[in-house]
Amino acid sequence: MTKKLEVSAGKSPEIGSSQLELLEKLCNAMGVSGDEHEVRQIVLEEIKLIADDVKVDALGNVLATKFGRGEDRVRVMLDAHMDEVGFMIVKKHEDGLFQFETVGGIDERQLPGKAVLVGRDHLPGVIGAKPIHMTTASERKNKIPLSELRIDLGPEIGDEVQQGDWATFATQFEILGPSIKAKALDDRLGVATLIELLKHAPENIDLLASFSVQEEVGLRGARVAAYTFEPDMAIAVDSTPAYDLPTWDVDGENTLYNTLLDAGPAIYAMDGATIGDPRLVNLLVDTSEEEGIPCQIRQPGGGGTDAGAIHKVRTGIPSVSVSIPGRYAHTAAGLARISDWENTLRLLHAALCRVAPDLLAGERRD
Amino acid sequence: MNDEFLPFLKKMLTAPGLSGFEGPIRAIIQEAWEPLTDELSVSKIGSLHGLKKGSADGPHPRVLISTHMDAIGMMVTGIEGGLMHITGIGGIDHRILPGQPVVVHGREDLPGVVVQPPAHLLPDSDGDGPVEMKYLLVDVGLRPADVAEKVRTGDLVSYGQAPMELTGDAISGHTLDNRVSVAAATLCLEMLQNRRHDWDVWTVASVQEEETLGGALTSPFDIRPDIAIIVDVCFAKGPGANDWQNLPFGGGVGLGWGPNIHPALHKAFEKKAKELEIPANRDLMPKMSGTDAMAVQIVAEGIPCMVLGIPLRYMHTPVETVSMKDVRRVGRLMAEFIADLTPDSMEKINWEE
Repeated sequence: MTKKLEVSAGKSPEIGSSQLELLEKLCNAMGVSGDEHEVRQIVLEEIKLIADDVKVDALGNVLATKFGRGEDRVRVMLDAHMDEVGFMIVKKHEDGLFQFETVGGIDERQLPGKAVLVGRDHLPGVIGAKPIHMTTASERKNKIPLSELRIDLGPEIGDEVQQGDWATFATQFEILGPSIKAKALDDRLGVATLIELLKHAPENIDLLASFSVQEEVGLRGARVAAYTFEPDMAIAVDSTPAYDLPTWDVDGENTLYNTLLDAGPAIYAMDGATIGDPRLVNLLVDTSEEEGIPCQIRQPGGGGTDAGAIHKVRTGIPSVSVSIPGRYAHTAAGLARISDWENTLRLLHAALCRVAPDLLAGERRD
Repeated sequence: MNDEFLPFLKKMLTAPGLSGFEGPIRAIIQEAWEPLTDELSVSKIGSLHGLKKGSADGPHPRVLISTHMDAIGMMVTGIEGGLMHITGIGGIDHRILPGQPVVVHGREDLPGVVVQPPAHLLPDSDGDGPVEMKYLLVDVGLRPADVAEKVRTGDLVSYGQAPMELTGDAISGHTLDNRVSVAAATLCLEMLQNRRHDWDVWTVASVQEEETLGGALTSPFDIRPDIAIIVDVCFAKGPGANDWQNLPFGGGVGLGWGPNIHPALHKAFEKKAKELEIPANRDLMPKMSGTDAMAVQIVAEGIPCMVLGIPLRYMHTPVETVSMKDVRRVGRLMAEFIADLTPDSMEKINWEE
């Protein structure tokens, strides 16, 4: 038997208790855009023994490389953003009360009556609301504006909280039957997926993993990461809304669900920021069919992922997005199915194993 | 009780016990009151009555401490696609519900979250106004078939926010209204263990205050107290609440004043607080007290009432907040007041100004 270089696909990754524990740690960590420190530390700790090269760049992105073996390896960038939407303390008032601003897209209507954690020490606080007894019926027809809300840390808070400190919802990770309920599933699910893919990196490619910062405030981290990596192609791994809820009209049908839970990874043909590269869309769909892994095409429309920045870097980078469907993103508690996460991980791994130079040799067309 | 006080309160704060369904919370209070009272009983509609006998000779006058134990919450009105529609039990501002952790008490307890559907699944409106409760949903993370098996219309839904300790001896969570008052009454019973008191002390954890005042109308009929002290939370100063109704947070006991209150009782408590240097503020209730006193006052031939308040921020939200200092102050003030009552004290509860 002749000795030749074996290019191994490696073992297909699965979601077990250790993966769920890692996701729990990632979701409970605070990482509001611009303050991704806690998440970055977890990521660095997880990948330091796996990746061939790890660095933290000027914006705080974690850039990890896992080299493949053999000739003609395609350089594949995988992106997941570390940051989450949250709050910044902007003004200290009397009596333990703090004014705050939202960071990233948060619906103000999701704020009253919630528990939060403030600063590096995760000090517990609450966002209260005026007692219903003191409101009028007409007042209750209007939302409570952000400017009237305060984070209450108790009357004896000292200098440990300052203007500029960040805060998040206090929601703790929880498994509910087949589902995960947590804050920041957007995009810690993606972060955890990238860590697993680094651990199970196929050898036919160079895997360039960007754990990106500041997605929620303008796709900033991913842009510079793509410049640094200079990849041949890129896949943004994110979490996209599943609006698969009943409509108010009992006879009506919900035709605008974006994605469905339990239908597997959501592949982006087009969103508000990117037209998915058809060669990569087809790679994912074909892989799904051949491997029997469920997937869905995200209903084309608005929204966006880091791919929106990546595909326009340098001379252009063929890009696509894949999301784990999740309900209630950007609120105190999102909800996703463990099976959708596992199928996303399996589909990405299987698709990466099929990436060969000829994938991008042809012209970009369907 | 002092060292165990906060754990006991936290245990009460995490126990279900919505208006009309107070069983779980009653069991916890019953356990705490068992060693502190001589007799315990449960009324026909579920209120808990504890009697600690006084030591005066002859017939004992009776003082009633009334604290409601029921909680506001929600009830399932229907199930669609594995998600639940809900309605409120007690006064809930629908604007605080989206994203709220809850527990659905189905065939088993199911943690979940209140969901505000996106605008395109709601009837046409201005787009970003508050979503009415009838359009909110509850998601427990289970697939539709499992939900159908475990949940049915009429099941109760409790707030699910765990209690949190803030700085300055403050505690935050749901149902502090009115479990902090039950805690204060328990503290009072604890303090009376080592004190002589002439009067019989009846402590009631009443039901259905948030809906019908049913407990407060019936227990005093059974007990026939000579005077009644109603303990409830009152409105503390805080965001959106800085008017005459609002007492300083952590600033002392609220002493109710208004038509539900017997003025002689008010004055007696005011005097006692001053004597003990317990901070206290007059809590003005010009029309009605919004407490069990509204019912207790008009039971049978009428009962002189006093309302003691624990200043609380964000009432009826799942992040209600009080200072434990005020809880202890209310407990102590009641214990001292009761220990000072003599068999002829009723003569002073009169209308001679």
